[in-house]
Amino acid sequence: MNSGVELKDQGLEIKDPFAAALAAEDIRGRSLWVDAWHRLLKNRAAVVSGFIMALMVMMVIFGPMLLPWEGDFTDWDNTSTPPSAQTGHWFGTDAVGRDIMVRTLEGGRISLLVGLVATLVSLVIGVSYGAVAGYYGGMTDRVMMRIVDIIYALPFMFFVILLMVVFGRHIVLIFVAIGAVNWLDMARIVRGQTLSLKNTEFVEAARACGVDHQSIIRRHIIPNLLGVVMVYVTLTIPQVILVESFLSFLGLGVQEPMSSWGALVNDGAQDMESSPWTLIFPAMFLTITLYCFNYIGDGMRDALDPKDRT
Amino acid sequence: MIQEGILRHAATRLLGLIPTLLLLITIAFFMIRVAPGGPFDSEKVLPPEIRANLDAKYHLDEPLLQQYFRYLGQIMSGDFGPSFQYKDWTVNELIARGFPVSATVGGLAMLLAFVLGTLIGITAALKQNTATDYSVMGVAMLGISIPNFVIAPLLILGTAVYAGWLPAGGWDWSWQRMVLPVITLALPVIAYIARLTRGSMIEVLHSNYIRTARAKGLPERMVIRRHAFKPAILPVISYMGPATAALITGSVVIERIYSIPGLGSYFVQGALNRDYTLVMGVVIFYGIVIIVLNFIVDLIYAWLNPRIRYDEAS
Amino acid sequence: MALLEVTGLQVEFDTPEGAVKAVNGMNFEVNEGETLAIVGESGAGKSQLVMAIMGLLAENGSASGKALFRGKDLMKMKPKELNTVRGRHIAMIFQDPMTSLNPFLSIEKQMTEVAMHHQGLPRDEARAHAVEMLRAVRIPDPEERILQYPHEYSGGMRQRVMIAMGLLCEPELLIADEPSTALDVTIQAQITELVSELRQETRMAIILITHDLAAVAEISDRIIVMYAGEVVEAGSVDDIFYRPQHPYTRGLLASVPRLDRVSDDELQAIPGNPPNLLELPSGCRFRDRCVEAIEQCSEKPPLWVSADGRVSRCVMEMEGGAIEPASEEAGGAE
Repeated sequence: MNSGVELKDQGLEIKDPFAAALAAEDIRGRSLWVDAWHRLLKNRAAVVSGFIMALMVMMVIFGPMLLPWEGDFTDWDNTSTPPSAQTGHWFGTDAVGRDIMVRTLEGGRISLLVGLVATLVSLVIGVSYGAVAGYYGGMTDRVMMRIVDIIYALPFMFFVILLMVVFGRHIVLIFVAIGAVNWLDMARIVRGQTLSLKNTEFVEAARACGVDHQSIIRRHIIPNLLGVVMVYVTLTIPQVILVESFLSFLGLGVQEPMSSWGALVNDGAQDMESSPWTLIFPAMFLTITLYCFNYIGDGMRDALDPKDRT
Repeated sequence: MIQEGILRHAATRLLGLIPTLLLLITIAFFMIRVAPGGPFDSEKVLPPEIRANLDAKYHLDEPLLQQYFRYLGQIMSGDFGPSFQYKDWTVNELIARGFPVSATVGGLAMLLAFVLGTLIGITAALKQNTATDYSVMGVAMLGISIPNFVIAPLLILGTAVYAGWLPAGGWDWSWQRMVLPVITLALPVIAYIARLTRGSMIEVLHSNYIRTARAKGLPERMVIRRHAFKPAILPVISYMGPATAALITGSVVIERIYSIPGLGSYFVQGALNRDYTLVMGVVIFYGIVIIVLNFIVDLIYAWLNPRIRYDEAS
Repeated sequence: MALLEVTGLQVEFDTPEGAVKAVNGMNFEVNEGETLAIVGESGAGKSQLVMAIMGLLAENGSASGKALFRGKDLMKMKPKELNTVRGRHIAMIFQDPMTSLNPFLSIEKQMTEVAMHHQGLPRDEARAHAVEMLRAVRIPDPEERILQYPHEYSGGMRQRVMIAMGLLCEPELLIADEPSTALDVTIQAQITELVSELRQETRMAIILITHDLAAVAEISDRIIVMYAGEVVEAGSVDDIFYRPQHPYTRGLLASVPRLDRVSDDELQAIPGNPPNLLELPSGCRFRDRCVEAIEQCSEKPPLWVSADGRVSRCVMEMEGGAIEPASEEAGGAE
């Protein structure tokens, strides 16, 4: 609707339907993104969350390099000491004298890495699966979505645990296992979007001009899916981080000497009566991260889909 | 006519469950069987004849496909076989011991979550964009974001260790020992349902038929209770299926933290000890529970929604 | 005393782009038993006008002015008091029958609750009454069909149900907001006919909102033509159809096929679109689209009012009319 107006405003005279389709899509795309961006910036919770997350990522990446302690260094003079600037252990130490701050930051690396990589895995599987089902439609679509429905009803968390039990607790397996069970929602969303996009004018124009399937998917469908996929990625990352910490908490996630927030919370929960700081700091970092990601995802969804705002 | 519609709906849904169940059992079975290392590998090297005896006892000497169909037949007759780890127990017995505890905590949590979640959600929707709305939804977001296993230790610290109001863990079917686990388990679900209800209630309140109800001069309370409530909680009803799964998953953590002898505890123990039959049994059992509950939720949904109730009949 | 007397009614919406004045100072009356048609293009503010009277504006909307119903100002009523009027003395039917009935409640529940609530009838009496009304709006087998749900009704049937529901308490005023717009053409005619019959059978006043000037010719007593939130012309059906004063009304008439006037002229659409309410032209709001526009149109047009209730908002003089400064104040304050 907007595109027509803007085309007129710019005085473009386009006769060729394919060119018109491309131009319309271009303009539509740009103004859509700009609009969405402005709406996102107005969402205070999302903006603040974005800043906090940027800070968190910086801290997690560079923090351990700047701190005087190694993650596995045991300071026998200071075991189970509360947070203090005097000992240099700002977040305190655990029962064997390891610095909680450096462990929390290093654990954050693993948690965020798992969140990112596993989300990417689910993204790749989900988007390709959903786009194919939605684009080809018909019988292909029905069979593919029926499979998704069936898998959907499975208790996937238990399969992840089963995978960890059966194949050992390797970090790569964690990425794959979590990613492989998390792609269903993505596939559904992408399929729905593709299905509705497929019938829009600009795709039909492209098809009428004899553009082949692959280019249509690449040039038209995927760019238009970007918005919804970005929202979903932002909302999947905290889910994945949560799953990983859940596994680690149960002792089924990453293995020593590696650590993640979930594993640290588990450790901390054992000693919480004598040294609650070993629990509170990793728990705080984990919670803040999840909180912020959820707010950013929510904000992005509202920004891209303004009808939900009322 | 109503009954017929629901029955037909139920029948189609029931048929749809079969492939899901089959897939569940198949994946579980083959995943375990292709696992590196058998269940007896961890123990010290056994004499070959004893090993052969053991293998024969658990039918590990048969071809894989035969084992698969044997297991399938077993499951169909409701037998999950013996536990590898708890030598004197069958998996059925362990499930029978653990599940009532888990189901009690889970059921209470679900009840709490449904009642509180919808109440909070509706309140927020009716006070949309006020301070109440914003603060309630902020807390709800926190509820979604804080993992169970973070809340639980904090709750124990606060109410049990420092204040001494409630026992920190253990299980004796007394309400005091149920309070913390049920609350912990329910919190994220309450938060999710609250957000869901708020969203759908706001949408319903903007619908044309609510405008009609208002134009009829009905008092606002009646508009909400009679006209808006049912459509607004329908999404919550559909969420009950996934919520069950979430509660079951959460119960694994909760039972560990609060030392509750539920099915989740057995599952984690089995997982850490590589007790394959137990783990597989619990996964399949939980799978069946989730599938059955999803089915019930589906029926409730159909029953609440006149479009499904009647259309399938005609 | 008029049944409904609206003075200086304004409706404003708060949007991210700024405040939008959807209705800018409306004055009109509805007498008992009279049918008043309010005509205009979509976006002219006619729906929002009646929504404001019924207290049904969206949350971002606010209304000011007076709407005296039997001398009591609806705009000042608290929700509780307003609910004794809505549905009881003023009924309303809406544009989209497909979504205006609650899909989760049977027709019986939705109908009986009106009578039970407003008149305190017991359930079975309310039900009998509802069946009666369904029969009156020509729903076949009303005893059976009242048990059904909205999705089992066609669009035209749903609109009949809406009308029956509105008539249950025998209201003095029925507001029909484009009751047939969303329906098929043949069904439209049926609904219009139904309204016209009801108008004759009952002594009920009707406000009929429509964008279709031709459709109201036979069934209304007076017509108000709205443009961009304002009255541009008002008068009796004969006045509007045979002696239109305002160029916009003439444009509307020229765009409608007419049987009563044989003419070689082709149907002519009014050029352009209604103005964006955020960027109104100065002076006359119709200026940009008016084929008769002259230089003076860039200034605020006067409102001509005659003794017999004719109104025209145009720089051109209305025969027998005088410029009315009072309503100009109330209506045109920017």
